[in-house]
Amino acid sequence: MDTFLQQIVNGLTVGSVYAVVALGYTMVYGIVQLINFAHGEVVMIGCMVAFSVILALAPTGLPPFIIVGAGIAVAVPACMVVGYAVERVAYRPLRNAPRLAPLITAIGISIVLQHLALLVWSRNFIAFPQIIELKLFHFGSSDTSASISNIQVAIILTSVAMMAGLLWLVYRTRLGIAMRATSQNPQVAGLMGIDVNRVISSTFVIGAGLGAVAGAMVGTYYGIAHYQMGFLLGLKAFSAAVLGGIGNLGGAVLGGILMGLIESLGAGYVGDFTNVCFLDKFLPGFGEVCAASPESSLFGSNYKDVYAFIVLILVLVFRPSGLLGERVGDRA
Amino acid sequence: MSLLKLEKVEVHYGGIRAVKGIDLTVEKGELVCLIGANGAGKTTTLRAITGLAHATGRIEYEGEQIAGKKSHEIARLGLALVPEGRGVFPQLTIDENLAMGAYMRRDAPAVAHDVERVFSLFPRLKERRGQTAGTMSGGEQQMLAIGRALMSRPRLLLLDEPSMGLAPIMVEKIFEVIRLIAAEGVTMLLVEQNAKLALEASHRAYVLESGLVTISGEASKLLGDPQVRSAYLGE
Ligand SMILES: Nc1ncnc2c1ncn2[C@@H]1O[C@H](COP(=O)(O)OP(=O)(O)OP(=O)(O)O)[C@@H](O)[C@H]1O
Ligand SMILES: [Mg+2]
Repeated sequence: MDTFLQQIVNGLTVGSVYAVVALGYTMVYGIVQLINFAHGEVVMIGCMVAFSVILALAPTGLPPFIIVGAGIAVAVPACMVVGYAVERVAYRPLRNAPRLAPLITAIGISIVLQHLALLVWSRNFIAFPQIIELKLFHFGSSDTSASISNIQVAIILTSVAMMAGLLWLVYRTRLGIAMRATSQNPQVAGLMGIDVNRVISSTFVIGAGLGAVAGAMVGTYYGIAHYQMGFLLGLKAFSAAVLGGIGNLGGAVLGGILMGLIESLGAGYVGDFTNVCFLDKFLPGFGEVCAASPESSLFGSNYKDVYAFIVLILVLVFRPSGLLGERVGDRA
Repeated sequence: MSLLKLEKVEVHYGGIRAVKGIDLTVEKGELVCLIGANGAGKTTTLRAITGLAHATGRIEYEGEQIAGKKSHEIARLGLALVPEGRGVFPQLTIDENLAMGAYMRRDAPAVAHDVERVFSLFPRLKERRGQTAGTMSGGEQQMLAIGRALMSRPRLLLLDEPSMGLAPIMVEKIFEVIRLIAAEGVTMLLVEQNAKLALEASHRAYVLESGLVTISGEASKLLGDPQVRSAYLGE
């Protein structure tokens, strides 16, 4: 039971980060029907910039939330600039090109961004400085019961606040209604006096800003940053967006959280379910191995990255429109 | 000075010349109609005026060349289009669609007043104001498209076949509103397949045939023109 609860807590934490990143994919897709594969790299750059600031400020002895806050405060505008530039330079000229062209460009851009990061931050892993004192809040009375850490609480609260802020922006502001109109019919949106290019730029910029915060959070959580970290994180968040129904904001949130939970529970239980003695009860041929080493399993928690792709494949096969999506994924 | 003046306007789609050099004017306060067979280039002409299609030649609005401007820039000059096929935002509600029409305006009280005015023209819309536009009938969507265009308080209103696909009683209702708006002094350029109704409502008219203006003049004269009668009034 403790394992289960603990994996739920961990899953909600990474899931809320996936959800924030997935929002960036889904917003852009909703408005220009483009999978911005460079988004994962924007998240990575957010993490790198935040780390640089945090490392520089760590020796000052300022309170940790101020240091991390400063990292985020620099990372957000930096990523917004990157997001704006990517759209302006790479995607806008291809607005009316066949769908494959921007898709390939997106992959190209993510390679370019990765290598820019490589030049700036080197190929080494960057460790998060020891500035935050980890505090665990236990759910049970014993010290071994499931717990939630102060970092996890901060990540979940920040994510929820950002998601709420985005929903408010999209459904309650002038820019938001212009975004929704543009996604439904860009030509008619132009006739209403909406500068469609500006709305599209804003969408990229907002998505990149969310991505920057997500990057800083994920880096703080795992305590490590690397120039290739955006690839896997991006693919998982993209899978989450597809799971929820790409183009649908609520879907991205749902998909992200589910993806975090699936991954976390999967990692927590895959060892138990592929334990050789457990398998021996159902399948022939495991008896000998079980007798020899009863503790061994076919797969361990290091297989956790596989779940996102299993989910992606299952969704694409059985429900391409995703959980909350209306239109079938024929556009991707 | 004419409110709108087209000179030698041409539009190409790839290699196809859809509009082949047309001249046309609309004076302030006028209701001008543009009639012609399917594929004559009527929609293309309106798309050129509103910046949705790339045009060569001169398109002057209040003396200013607008050919080459972006459609949102042209909209901001006071032109509104009720597009062919209505072009409502399907997932927005009626209220939100009307708000989109007023997107450029900042005078909230006057906007609220205009919403009420649209509702008085089309009471049906008021009953369904919270409904998403995509779930409404074709006639209701047409009312919404017209109402939305009026929300910008246009100085030139372009309508592309507002009666298309509507039941006779609905067509009558739409034309009633068009005459009402015209009487209030809104300048309009109306594209119609229903030539008889359009000519009866208009001051002047142009007949377009395969991308060229072939006949133009007072609407009442065209109504009596034997050529127009046989080709467009089904006599
Ligand atoms: N996007 C396009 N690409 C290529 N050709 C086009 C395009 N749009 C219109 N055309 C062609 O241009 C010509 C004029 O079309 P347009 O839509 O302006 O006609 P119309 O007078 O509005 O006809 P209708 O009464 O049927 O609406 C037609 O021959 C049409 O096939
Ligand atoms: Mg037409």
